[in-house]
Amino acid sequence: MYSYSDFDAAFVAERNRQFRAQVERRIDGSLTEDEFKPLRLMNGLYLQLHAYMLRVAVPYGTLSAAQMRQLAYIAERWDKGYGHFTTRQNIQFNWPQLRDVPDMLDALAEVQMHAIQTSGNTIRNVTADHFSGAAADEVADPRPVAELIRQWSTDHPEFQFLPRKFKIAVTGSQADRAVIRAHDIGLRVLERNGEQGYEVIVGGGLGRTPMIGKTLTEFLPKADLLPYLEAIVSVWNLLGRRDNKFKARIKITVHENGIDEIRRLVDDRFAETRTAFSGVDQEMLRAIEAQFAAPAFKQSGTEAYDTAYDADPVFRSWADTNLTAHRADGYAIVQISLKAHGATPGDASAEQMRVMADLAEQYAHGELRVSHEQNIVLPHVHKSDLPQIHAVLQQHGLATANIGLISDIIACPGMDYCALATARSIPIAQQIATRFDDLKREHEIGDLKIKISGCINACGHHHVGHIGILGLDRAGVENYQITLGGDHTENAALGQRTGPGFPAEEIVGAVETIVDTYLDIRTSAEETFIETFRRTGMAPFKAALYPEKEEKRDAA
Amino acid sequence: MPRDFTPKVVTANALLEGDVVYLDDNGNWTRDLARAAVITDEADAQVRLLDASSRPAEAVGAYLADVKPGPNGPEPVHFREEFRRTGPSNHCHGKQADL
Repeated sequence: MYSYSDFDAAFVAERNRQFRAQVERRIDGSLTEDEFKPLRLMNGLYLQLHAYMLRVAVPYGTLSAAQMRQLAYIAERWDKGYGHFTTRQNIQFNWPQLRDVPDMLDALAEVQMHAIQTSGNTIRNVTADHFSGAAADEVADPRPVAELIRQWSTDHPEFQFLPRKFKIAVTGSQADRAVIRAHDIGLRVLERNGEQGYEVIVGGGLGRTPMIGKTLTEFLPKADLLPYLEAIVSVWNLLGRRDNKFKARIKITVHENGIDEIRRLVDDRFAETRTAFSGVDQEMLRAIEAQFAAPAFKQSGTEAYDTAYDADPVFRSWADTNLTAHRADGYAIVQISLKAHGATPGDASAEQMRVMADLAEQYAHGELRVSHEQNIVLPHVHKSDLPQIHAVLQQHGLATANIGLISDIIACPGMDYCALATARSIPIAQQIATRFDDLKREHEIGDLKIKISGCINACGHHHVGHIGILGLDRAGVENYQITLGGDHTENAALGQRTGPGFPAEEIVGAVETIVDTYLDIRTSAEETFIETFRRTGMAPFKAALYPEKEEKRDAA
Repeated sequence: MPRDFTPKVVTANALLEGDVVYLDDNGNWTRDLARAAVITDEADAQVRLLDASSRPAEAVGAYLADVKPGPNGPEPVHFREEFRRTGPSNHCHGKQADL
């Protein structure tokens, strides 16, 4: 894992010192809110519905055990004993008080963390495949380059006042677990003729105007990455629509100008930026890569795992659902579900954070990941340790066997916390998870991603959910629109709206109708929901959801 | 004929805690909607909002929220204001925790 250089530590300490003084000046009245707001946003501090919210960056979703422990400490010391892991692999504290925030930031700095550029019109925290460095299907670990991008983009003088926020995601596998086609820039590490490079995708994004990103270049040589990124962001920095917040993201710039024109402009700019990079960036990248060397995997038998798998059906169910193939023999990737049925998706108590930190330290080379699906990952676990890990997880409400199933729901904080929300998300997620748990059908239903957003900004990724749910305010009442057929993977697709929305008390029933329809029409238990939807299209689901309309059509 | 003026309260978030606050009859901030001053006149509402906005050391983001009369004082018209006066629905935190 990356460890701060003296420069990093000094930079964060200086920024914390500045922000402490800014908070003091705000409290003593020397700064107005208009003056203070951009300063607090630069440091990840929002003012939400009931309280301030501090969004802490978890760069490319990687945490050490010590960092996770410190998050637990912060949650207990200055918040209400829990934290919320987000769809951008960050963690949010929902209840800090303004005076305490400088101390919280200092506590983060003690473990090499910060909240810089988790908000505002800057290049945000870079996200990455949560299985990086562990996945069996990986070309290369994408985190070194994500770290390089973090260093390049942090306090980049040209990119502190961008037209709008800017999000970059990186994956090192063909299978896309980082939703790279729904980011301003998506990068995929690949190899061609033995040489490493990147596919560069630009102009993706969800929100008000969802767009699937387009390939800007199919293969960018490794050494060209930073000057090329700089060229893209600077082209957009000039072209981006500062006149209209809703048209300011690069997806609109790409849409309005066309990918070919953007490519031409980027290539022109790249000819200039390339000469400004002397190769120092590649030296730095090599130094970073050395810090991400794979841990020393042990060679040992898996009998303990095999025995537990055969003997304990609860363990077997968890293993079948929550484990993923690891690149090393005898190892597995463990996903710890933060989606216990009826719980808030992505929330973890301080106690749970400590348990996960201890497990990481004892069994997983001290490493944890935050997934954009709001779960925690132990990336490197030897299979022989899995029975003990499972037993500990069980004692702390962390052994839910539902990864990838209908109750493994992404949900934004929605109107329970967020000042921008138009409706609640969390209670809908809780009700859906509880309902399908009561029915004991989720394993029969299989792979099904429900993603819920409480407003059009789509933090809950509803556009790319197999079933997407968008909460809106319709004449003073919460109302939920459904989309079907979205896909967050390398086959990225935007969902299509089923039709009119449903009030809060009908949305769970509507989801059940959709699922029942799928179970009725799937060709076999092997045909997943998304495969069925692709085969049949919207018609059977629409007919089931809106029977009155069908009757009217028949009568006409 | 002009439309009837919907009664309003002045509301904001406290600077230090971030908690939801309302202006009461004496021009002080209260954390309890039931004790907020109900404004029934448009001009009066604008003056009080200006007054609230000119006190940046106390509260942030003052605005006017619609209310309706209830047995124990003003009540929210919109569900967003209902959540603001109560707290989140997934944890018993915020104002509801103090009840």
